[in-house]
Amino acid sequence: MQNESRLAVLGAGHVGPVIARLAIGAGYPVAIATSGDPEDIALITELVIPGAEPRWASDAVADADIVVLAIPLHRFTDVDPALLAGTVVVDAMNYWPASDGVLTAFENGASDGSGSSEIVAGRLAGSAVVKALNHIGYHELEDRARPAGAPDRRASGLAGDDPAAVAAVAELTDRIGYDPVRLGGLPAGRVLQPGGPVFGQVLTVPEFERAVHQDARSLS
Amino acid sequence: MTLTYTFGLDTFGDRESRADGTPLSHAQTIRNVVEEGVFAEQAGVDFFGIGEHHTDYFPMPAGDVALAAIAARTEKIRLGSAVTVLSSDDPVRVFQRYSTLDAVSGGRAEVILGRGSSIESFPLFGYDLADYEELFEEKAALFAELLKGGPVTWEGKTRAALLSQDVVPHLESGPFPAWIGVGGNPQSVIRAARLGFSLALAIIGGPPTRFAAYSELFRRALEKFGQPPRPVLVHSPGHVAATDEQAKAEFWPAWREVIALVAEERGFAIPTEASFDTEAGPDGALYVGSPETVASKIAANVRALGATRFDLKYGLPGLTHDQLMTAIGLYGQQVVPRVRELLG
Repeated sequence: MQNESRLAVLGAGHVGPVIARLAIGAGYPVAIATSGDPEDIALITELVIPGAEPRWASDAVADADIVVLAIPLHRFTDVDPALLAGTVVVDAMNYWPASDGVLTAFENGASDGSGSSEIVAGRLAGSAVVKALNHIGYHELEDRARPAGAPDRRASGLAGDDPAAVAAVAELTDRIGYDPVRLGGLPAGRVLQPGGPVFGQVLTVPEFERAVHQDARSLS
Repeated sequence: MTLTYTFGLDTFGDRESRADGTPLSHAQTIRNVVEEGVFAEQAGVDFFGIGEHHTDYFPMPAGDVALAAIAARTEKIRLGSAVTVLSSDDPVRVFQRYSTLDAVSGGRAEVILGRGSSIESFPLFGYDLADYEELFEEKAALFAELLKGGPVTWEGKTRAALLSQDVVPHLESGPFPAWIGVGGNPQSVIRAARLGFSLALAIIGGPPTRFAAYSELFRRALEKFGQPPRPVLVHSPGHVAATDEQAKAEFWPAWREVIALVAEERGFAIPTEASFDTEAGPDGALYVGSPETVASKIAANVRALGATRFDLKYGLPGLTHDQLMTAIGLYGQQVVPRVRELLG
């Protein structure tokens, strides 16, 4: 059965177009938006994300069942939580101070053990946040995608507190070409972060599960 | 239509080793880089670029000084940065250093502006990485103004304002080539077109052909902004030796080591031999092999990406000066002529 879920991808940098292309290939209607005028990304959309619709962020989100946050984390505080209230939000962002600078809120969270997605969810109280699609590099996400049942299909982990949201994002993960591995509630998604056992890794399900279980963090 | 292709070599000042594996000093590595640049001209290479880095394994923060030394001993080869980390520098200073290089070299200077993968300069010079985008946008726009020559009036947030400022030394023969290095963000492609720079695609992993859409995006964006056509450059890492086996035996252990060093900071997975073989194979981003292997791959990707310039980022920390000199000789004397032949 073809799902009727509509996607809004926020971010047209490294990551957003990759996820948008994969979702279009999987049959999802996809809108893409940045913080600005859709006209600014019309050419990018036409040539790099054919099939997606460039829209204002508010319009894209209003019509979407799943919103993918694919913006640099330091721009996250510019996003109005009210815009995302009532939606399923895929947090594909990473807190990566070596690359993007130190962010106080995430630094403080990290010191008490919180994952970046928990801090994101704390700001998006009205949304069902699922951490997903963050741990395979954007330059590999397309090349390594395989249809269900392919012998060389790889795993992509996800974590979230809302079962219906997790199910929707697991289906998205599956349809774009990865075996979804549900890790549990949002705190379980810490293993997907930079420095975690599967970050930057493209693993089969057994390899993925082994890496997660061997990691001390998974015991907490 | 006959296109003119140019072929370059880039280095990050990769710290070299003796044959027994002990590292050379930073100073000796820098002197060796100068020798390599001089030899690149003798081997027939069109461009020699030095990337800005600030680490023990890439001790090359002031490549323009080394380029000036190469300029003094060469006649034809073009010389430039690959890349200059503009966001943590002052565009006026960068312009002055490279317009001085342009003067020293008799009009052979170029710059590639970008981030590269180099982020060490941000804490070193007191910049916040979170401001990267804003810093780059504003500084690249100012650099474009400086390149036009003549007095500059400019105001922004990232440096002191300029009021009809005459910035010296004046360019002798117009703007030198200036590129913006892009690693895969389509908005950076649009920015390069909008600000009037040429496009340098840094391709260090995955199938290079996925960048074909970026070349097209660049061409279309230039049209949209009323800019003249501008060239596309491809920059990728690699190593040339007499045979595929020898090239891999020299390059692969050093590649594994340097990626392991930077993996955490940049989020790279540590490569396995299988992943390396894929990258060094026909569909990957690394140009490692015999002259014929490397030439076929360069020709195929230059054609697929609509590029007219290819820069091989040669060397890695831990390789020897002799290995690099051999690679430079093979690249200039065998790879480049063969690529030209293949491209017809």
